Amino acid sequence: MMPETLAVADRLSRDLLRPVFQTTGKFYALVVILGVIVLSGLATWGYQIYYGFGVTGYNWPVYWALHETNFVFWIGISHAGTLISAILRLVNATWRRPVTRCAEIITAFALMIGAMFPLIHLGRPWLAFYLIPYPSERGIWPNYRSPLVWDFFAINTYLLSSLLFLALPMIPDFALIRDRATGWRKKVYARLSLGWQGTPKQWHRLETAMHIMALAILPIAVSVHTIVSFDFSMAVVPMWHSTIFGPYFVAGAIFSGIAALIIVMAVLRRAFHLESYLLPLHFQNLGKLLLLMSLLWGYFVFNERLTAWYGNIPHEMNVFWSTQTGEYAPLFWTMVLCNFVIPFPLLAIRRLRSVTTAVLASCCVVVGMWLERFLIIVPSLSRKSLPYAWGSYSPEWPEIVIMVASFAAMALLYVLISKVVPLISIWELKAGEQPAAHSPTSVHEAETAGELR
Amino acid sequence: MKAIYGLYETPRGAQRAFNGLREEVQVRDITVMSSEPLEEWEFASQDRVTFMPWIAAGGAAVGLISAYLLTAVTQQTWPIRTGGMPIVSNWTNMIILFELTMLGAVLATVLTLLFTARLPAKLPKIYDPAVSDGKILVGVDAPADSQLASIERALHSGHPIAVHRKP
Repeated sequence: MMPETLAVADRLSRDLLRPVFQTTGKFYALVVILGVIVLSGLATWGYQIYYGFGVTGYNWPVYWALHETNFVFWIGISHAGTLISAILRLVNATWRRPVTRCAEIITAFALMIGAMFPLIHLGRPWLAFYLIPYPSERGIWPNYRSPLVWDFFAINTYLLSSLLFLALPMIPDFALIRDRATGWRKKVYARLSLGWQGTPKQWHRLETAMHIMALAILPIAVSVHTIVSFDFSMAVVPMWHSTIFGPYFVAGAIFSGIAALIIVMAVLRRAFHLESYLLPLHFQNLGKLLLLMSLLWGYFVFNERLTAWYGNIPHEMNVFWSTQTGEYAPLFWTMVLCNFVIPFPLLAIRRLRSVTTAVLASCCVVVGMWLERFLIIVPSLSRKSLPYAWGSYSPEWPEIVIMVASFAAMALLYVLISKVVPLISIWELKAGEQPAAHSPTSVHEAETAGELR
Repeated sequence: MKAIYGLYETPRGAQRAFNGLREEVQVRDITVMSSEPLEEWEFASQDRVTFMPWIAAGGAAVGLISAYLLTAVTQQTWPIRTGGMPIVSNWTNMIILFELTMLGAVLATVLTLLFTARLPAKLPKIYDPAVSDGKILVGVDAPADSQLASIERALHSGHPIAVHRKP
């Protein structure tokens, strides 16, 4: 670390800790606005509990609709963070450094919000403990054959692992804040940093632990969305009972996750003036991943649709045609437009690639992937095997308010955490900007002097 | 004397001080602190042997066994009889087995990290907040009074920005 590197380290700390130490009026205004929306969502949930599901658009035969769409959507968004961060860590992609924490935070919050929706869907949420395996005095144990119990284990494992994966690399940054803070803040960060000193042993153990956790978290992330797909594919419902659903859901989750990450990064870049850290290169690289996932998504949709069409099973064809040319066709073709037709040229043509186009493509993908979740759930339930069991669904205001509140909750949690921890890992950035140890000249000199390992 | 340490701007200076302490003063317990991992440098490469991967594997094994007990044993103890379906359903139990195996590995890793990195802990006397500003601290905790002068000489060999003694 040369003196100029010390200046870089100082600039990094100053820029990235600014949101933690400085609070503007905009912050309070944003917290109030988002807080009001979240509170209205909670109040609507209370209203739904008090008056029952009759106040929603849920009716026979469509008993899964907007809440389930949001559940699958948010669990999908959660794949942005930990999965991408783990892959980039394992392949040692150096450009990952400013991106990983933004991504890991999305995972933690999206999982928390997503996991709320099964509870919101329960008419009596206080009975949710039925899913928890414990020796009941009535001799009733949860049925381990039920996909909902699999969800319980998968989502909780992923949530706990993701929180730990997010929290461990925060410890050195908490120590940095501890050493700069005063008063009550110093006491709080002294506890949060767990007495971190930055000894070689601590650094080595932290990096080893992060490597092992990255290896462990990859299969967990894949399993989570596969198990969410089992909620549908284990049921003998037209267009659900499909072996392709596992990988199709995982690909869709990563697709929507990357899109969400690009949007969040763009907002943070603008709001906190992080243009020197979240570079066009990051958006370009994530845009390439998004393009890849768009192609993969198109491939899966084609496979799923072609197999159903070729099979020509009457009850599947009813669902199939309702989405291609029937009442759900406008939503289906909007989804194709948003997930493939618009993002593909924006991301594929080199001349069009920029931060703005990456964000534009990502916004389209988020809308498209939300529609995809809706189109997986509702048309299949509204066109079941026999025509007497046909119906339709249109959401009422409680589902819509709760959905809007879930988006506000995501934004609110992000705004609040920006006051607690730097949104870009400072120590990882410093480690990436270490010319003294890495430049060929100095490495050669140091090796000659026997100082490098 | 509780501690003596130098603060360095460059890893090279820290390395020189480290070499001096080890070779000239023959100090074995040298304290090094930095605000980032500097594992390319010898002074920051101590204590690299760890059984963490094996402990994680052990945690995974514990998770697997716990999951088996939770599923198969409880299914046999409180059987749910449904037409044509086995009491112990291995295919579906595999999902719970997988999740708890991975959870066991993750928890074992985190616990090993906390235990081996000695976290949480109180900050030692030798700690200096300048480390957070990017300085590298090289020093000796609780040195013998007879060695103080030679330690200070060794610390100065790396051209520190400051050498501090903490009583």
